Amino acid sequence: MKQENFEPKILAFCCHYCAYSSADLAGSMRIQYPPNVRIIRTPCTGRLETEYFMKALENGADGVLVAGCLEGGCHFVEGNLCAKRRVNYTREILEEIGMEKERLRMVNVSAAMARPLADTIIDMVETVRKLGPSPIRQNGSLKK
Amino acid sequence: MIIAQRKNIPDLLAIVKDHKKLLVLGCGTCVTVCLAGGVREVSIIASALRMSAKLKGLPLEVEELTIERQCDNVFLEQAADAIKRNDAVLSLGCGAGVQAIAERYTNKPVYAGLDTAFIGILEERGVWTEKCAACGACVLHEYGGICPVTRCAKHMLNGPCSGSREDRCEVNPERQCAWQLIYKRLKDIGQLDRLKKIKPPKNWNRSQSGGYRTIIREDHRV
Repeated sequence: MKQENFEPKILAFCCHYCAYSSADLAGSMRIQYPPNVRIIRTPCTGRLETEYFMKALENGADGVLVAGCLEGGCHFVEGNLCAKRRVNYTREILEEIGMEKERLRMVNVSAAMARPLADTIIDMVETVRKLGPSPIRQNGSLKK
Repeated sequence: MIIAQRKNIPDLLAIVKDHKKLLVLGCGTCVTVCLAGGVREVSIIASALRMSAKLKGLPLEVEELTIERQCDNVFLEQAADAIKRNDAVLSLGCGAGVQAIAERYTNKPVYAGLDTAFIGILEERGVWTEKCAACGACVLHEYGGICPVTRCAKHMLNGPCSGSREDRCEVNPERQCAWQLIYKRLKDIGQLDRLKKIKPPKNWNRSQSGGYRTIIREDHRV
């Protein structure tokens, strides 16, 4: 895939109580964000395990965004803090593998933060665009 | 419980790089509880190996399986087909599990995916501490249930060493002085008299000095 035609595919795990509502609000407010993200609603980012991020990247996602509640504001008290530690651990594994850890990122937003969420998505898409297509997809067979 | 931790991915890939079909075999007992070699860790390490191999252009197929217990033939049989259809096995069991597979499948390369560390307990979430050195001749009854062989940095049977500061070990201030704990515990259970008796040197013959150890129970043999 040529760099100039590259449109990143980014998987966004969004917490039902904040980021998912925030993305919804962005729609109501007519705030634009790139269509490169595929949003998956999760009951809490604490539900996400390390293997979810690994599988997403292994199966060809160019980037993975984890969007949870503001620290201290988790509906389940500390689910977002669990997710933060798991994201950090997965980033360590990505470094060991030799893959850019920037392909996985966690952000904290509240349900009212539509603009910051959109900005984060724009920034994530640009970061991944600069990194280029997932090397896993380039070197191996692409799972559709 | 046996505590282990994973080797890093570059080391693992260097170990298995000459094989094309690899079975990553987890164990559902101790290493599952210490989050090193259960179903989840098998999934993570298998994914990481597949990705790492792809990035390096190595043709590596990785199969995942976790059985209840690797150090037991009855459970190990459940992995027989998977072991046979792969070129090699990367065991995420403890050292005993790896060797159980190696002894049973004599023509199959078996590698250790974990570094087996010690016998210990879960101290708090994500923290494990060594409690037993498996010395073969337990002295815990003398020390109020706190093992000086394992938990004192100098393995002193007649302590304390006088180097401790407050309740901290002088070898590593982050650790508690085992002898402080022993004193407090014996005081709490009214057995301080035990400390008045000088303990003779420990008999280490029942430890690892004579090679591997065996226990034979005639009453259970068939």
